[in-house]
Amino acid sequence: MEEDEEIIKKFLYVNRKAPYGTVYALESLEVVLIGAAFDQDVSLAFIDDGVYQLKKDQNTSVDAGAGMKNFSKTYRALEAYDVEKLYVDKKSMDERGLSVDDLLVDVEILDEAKMAEMMGQQDVVLSF
Amino acid sequence: MKFGILVNEGPYQHQASDSAYQFTKAALEKGHEIFRVFFYHDGVNNATRLTVPPRDDRNIVDRWSELAKEHNLDLVVCIAAAQRRGLLDENEAKRQGKDANNIAEGFRISGLGQLIEAGIQSERLVVFGD
Amino acid sequence: MLHTVNKSPFEKNSLETCLRLASAGNAVLLFEDGVYGAVKGTRFEPTVSNALSNNKIYVLVSDLEARGMNKDNVIDGVETVDYAGFVDLVADNKSVQAWL
Repeated sequence: MEEDEEIIKKFLYVNRKAPYGTVYALESLEVVLIGAAFDQDVSLAFIDDGVYQLKKDQNTSVDAGAGMKNFSKTYRALEAYDVEKLYVDKKSMDERGLSVDDLLVDVEILDEAKMAEMMGQQDVVLSF
Repeated sequence: MKFGILVNEGPYQHQASDSAYQFTKAALEKGHEIFRVFFYHDGVNNATRLTVPPRDDRNIVDRWSELAKEHNLDLVVCIAAAQRRGLLDENEAKRQGKDANNIAEGFRISGLGQLIEAGIQSERLVVFGD
Repeated sequence: MLHTVNKSPFEKNSLETCLRLASAGNAVLLFEDGVYGAVKGTRFEPTVSNALSNNKIYVLVSDLEARGMNKDNVIDGVETVDYAGFVDLVADNKSVQAWL
């Protein structure tokens, strides 16, 4: 692992799928958490239905009915892993009738030009 | 050039595994190096040796195994995704107290860190999924 | 930067979002069900034709042929590539983003 430590790449995780309907959001988050140990320059982008991953007040308890694992709190824990660059596509958020107040974590809202610029700076793009 | 490949879907259900295979083969034919092929999400199902496809169809699992043998490829299956979906090698089966294992030749089970490492060590990472 | 799109534009908005967020000069490869976005005469032809002024767009010929189409069905300006060409596109661009 020693030689890895010398290389710092820009990793972008692109999240475009809603949570619970499929496993992608949860398993993407698992990669982010493991990846945090590698000390790379990490960013997360939430685009299209991926924005729904950050919706406040997710309740998946057995009492509520879904009976699935609620992983939404993990987004708030990312900061402790030094994963602090969370970007949300403005148009995707607007189209879904959401605002920053609906989101469970602090994010930076990017317009198309800024999002495109951020993507262009990445070395490794992992899409889920 | 050194490529890393990520396969996010299982065999037959999605074209992702076929595309990843054709891409990997073409890259090798052009003299590129494949640092690692990492199987995640339902992609772990590409590694079960228990598939029995009809004779007139391609055998996706065997095809990966053969390519790995021919080119000494590192085919890595994510352990967390594999355990959820019932993919076990001999060691894991023993450790989890299961009565069987089903990993195909040429594949190995390991952690997600192997995917991150592929991203770091490869000059390009190409994702195939749904 | 290379963007790959493997979804039919009729099924998902992957192509639409990709074109919206791709920078000028980026390359876009359509493959798997994404090849339907490269075909003439669909309701997405104007979108793709317009994008050609900013981006190079490629389509994987084997996935076109698998679906009963060929080079003649492709929108003017969209280039066809085989898997070797796909590999070259990946090698020639600094990063690859898959719009799944």
